[in-house]
Amino acid sequence: MSNIIQQLINGIILGSVYALLALGYTMVYGIIKLINFAHGDVYMLGAYFGYFFIQVLHLNFFIALVLSMAVSALLGMLIEFVAYRPLRHSPRIAVLISALGVSFLLENGMSYFYGSDKKAFPQAIRTIQYHIGSLQISNIQLLIISTAITLMILLTIIVQKTKMGRAMRAVSADQEAAILMGIDVNRTISFTFAIGSALAAAGGVLIGLYYNNIDPLMGMTPGIKAFVAAVLGGIGLIPGAALGGWLIGILETMTQAIGLSDYKDAVVYAILIIILLFKPTGILGKNKREKV
Amino acid sequence: MTTTILKTHDLSIKFGGVTAVDCVNIEAHDNELIGLIGPNGAGKTTLFNLLTGVYQPTHGTVSLFNGEKLAQVNHVSAYKRAQLGIARTFQNIRLFKTRTVIENVLIAMTNQTAAKTIHAIFRTPSFYQHEAKKRQHAMALLDIFNMAHVADELASNLPYGQQRRLEIVRALATNPKILFLDEPAAGMNPQETAALTALIKQIQQQFQLTIILIEHDMNLVMTVSQRVYVLEYGKILATGTPTEIQQNPAVIKAYLGDDMP
Amino acid sequence: MDRKHLKYTLTWALLITMLFVLIELLTVFDIIGQYGITTIVLIGINLIAAVGLNLVIGMSGQFSLGHAGFMAIGAYATALMTTALPSIYGFILSLLVGGLISGLVALAVGIPTLRLRGDYLAIATLGVSEIIRIIIINMKITRGPAGIFGIPAFVNWQMVFVLSVIVIIIVVNFVRSTSGQAIIAVRDNDIAAESLGINTTKYKVMAFVAGAILAAIAGGLRASFIQSVSPQDYTFMQSITILIIVVLGGIGSISGTVVTAIILGVLDVILQNFGTLRMVIYALVLIIVMIFRPKGLLGTTEFSLQKLLFDSGGSHDHNDSKNARS
Repeated sequence: MSNIIQQLINGIILGSVYALLALGYTMVYGIIKLINFAHGDVYMLGAYFGYFFIQVLHLNFFIALVLSMAVSALLGMLIEFVAYRPLRHSPRIAVLISALGVSFLLENGMSYFYGSDKKAFPQAIRTIQYHIGSLQISNIQLLIISTAITLMILLTIIVQKTKMGRAMRAVSADQEAAILMGIDVNRTISFTFAIGSALAAAGGVLIGLYYNNIDPLMGMTPGIKAFVAAVLGGIGLIPGAALGGWLIGILETMTQAIGLSDYKDAVVYAILIIILLFKPTGILGKNKREKV
Repeated sequence: MTTTILKTHDLSIKFGGVTAVDCVNIEAHDNELIGLIGPNGAGKTTLFNLLTGVYQPTHGTVSLFNGEKLAQVNHVSAYKRAQLGIARTFQNIRLFKTRTVIENVLIAMTNQTAAKTIHAIFRTPSFYQHEAKKRQHAMALLDIFNMAHVADELASNLPYGQQRRLEIVRALATNPKILFLDEPAAGMNPQETAALTALIKQIQQQFQLTIILIEHDMNLVMTVSQRVYVLEYGKILATGTPTEIQQNPAVIKAYLGDDMP
Repeated sequence: MDRKHLKYTLTWALLITMLFVLIELLTVFDIIGQYGITTIVLIGINLIAAVGLNLVIGMSGQFSLGHAGFMAIGAYATALMTTALPSIYGFILSLLVGGLISGLVALAVGIPTLRLRGDYLAIATLGVSEIIRIIIINMKITRGPAGIFGIPAFVNWQMVFVLSVIVIIIVVNFVRSTSGQAIIAVRDNDIAAESLGINTTKYKVMAFVAGAILAAIAGGLRASFIQSVSPQDYTFMQSITILIIVVLGGIGSISGTVVTAIILGVLDVILQNFGTLRMVIYALVLIIVMIFRPKGLLGTTEFSLQKLLFDSGGSHDHNDSKNARS
């Protein structure tokens, strides 16, 4: 029993990182209907920025985290400006291929310049294990979950309360109408990429600290998982992304706990497909019917 | 003696809390031309969607004549109802825009005397014969509508009025027994509407079918219809000949409000 | 009309034969070498897979990210069957069996999932492909993550060349058949298609199954050619490789797929000299092509000999010369 609770805790930790990534996916999807395949690689770059700030500049972990988020936000805006904005009125699949191009570029560019081997992430915070009964949880795990929750609350406040957040919601609801209401669509989309990329970077830095190593391809699998999480929760919906992320994290650790670790990804995908068959727009998604 | 070929019983559908179509009982006979009128939002198109199988009713039934008797078709999907002899046009035109005019018509003949795919793959003489025959039929249909000369134009390049007419040709190409026309005159100028009025009558006589027509152009409806149903708030308000409907106080009230002297 | 078709068919046949003879001469005089032959074979294999995917994405408008899974089925069918039955008949049989299993899996998967739209379908097909791969990793008969080595080689460039030509002819003719036209109609406007009595699910599944069969044949050819299979060869990235050929060529354009498969194959050879920079350049090419040609290199147009050689501007056979699609 305690093993199950322990796995649940681990699942929630892992899920927090998926959720941070899924939020970026879902916001970008909500606003320009793009599956941003480069998102996982922004997470990877975020981890590398964190590595740079801690290892090379010897900055405090939290300062490094914030700086890494800020730099990644700029990077996200740059990617959008160069690779997606020129394709604003092109077929969606063209933007998707452009996103794949960006993804390849970031992965292979990093391999080319910094080598494709794993790098040890500096132990900026010493790991302390806490024991509660037979359960154990580390300060790093607590840090991951509290950071994730803090960022989600901040995001909710931005989206719900600020002018920019209102603009984001307006553009994702109806781009044409938003233009007529005097909303600067390009700026809003840019801002969305900034926020999404910052969240991904936070996930990357936290995972680097948690697993102690980073490499140029570290974003591939979590990227796809986070996309699955976003779809599972209902793509385009911020609470859906958080829900999907945690669900997938828990599912993964639970299948491992019951001895099916070889099949953990298969279980995740199978559950995704089953949920989509019953709820074709994800758990929190609303079915829209086409007007005939 | 005429046969009833379409009948509904207490047909209803709810979207959320709104009852868009509420206990509608209508029937249509063979070779009948029926007008369906009512204010915007009365549920006319929704009723069409229920009859053609796009929507499933929350309550009540739709029955179609299958050659012997009326059979309930509630759970028969839209494409199967089309195969049973129901064809329609759409309020918001739904042509295959990237295809040519004649291709639009040919696609409607998918279920008729198609050459087997295997013949198409090996380009047998049978394939070419079938293709030639289908094209001939499609051209003949287009000719009736004076559209043969635009057969190779892209459908999206046609003027609006012709797009609506192409939708009718396409629907007729399925060999229907009942044709549903959803606002065929919408967006047409008076000349085009006049031509359409004549055309609708002609179609009904030439193809011997039942036509049910939603239209806001009262002149058109009252000219062509043998019988008219008036729908308001999802309910049938009145039915009768065009003359009866024009004199029906409830209909006048629904259309013009209470303040008429 | 029949004479015209004959002339047209003969011209194509002549051109294809000339290409075949040209490659034959290049190999006989050892101008392109083994490396060149390998490139030609891999281009042909990618072509077969990509034509299949174009049927799914371009013609039926269903966004599938799961092509690698179906290629894997074909590859493992050939690997296992030709190892047990090392003869050319065993090989041909393995292609058929691989295609059959792949088609059946596509049928089983397609019927429920093809109701999903757009990106939801994409993620579901990606999931199916990954599930296929994970099952292969965990099965004993497929020898797990290491894969199978020493598969008997039956594939030469002539075989791949002829098969590619046959596949292209079949697919092009299929697209122009009544079923093919119905598939495109469903893509263009499914509600209208349904109102005309077209069973939308049937035609979506038909395209999906046809695509899966072609993917399996491509997988089988590849397994026998490179003489090994491993689950690592059939990840999400393999689906993406094929997807890129389809999109760069122009969605819905078979000619585009052919041209792009060849261009990317040749580009790969050129980029070999760049070592690690290769993928960086490839990535830049992708982004730049999409920005300047967002509808792909050929857009939606099909290359047509008839238009090029026989069309005098007057009456022309509609099917062959006017094949513009969205």
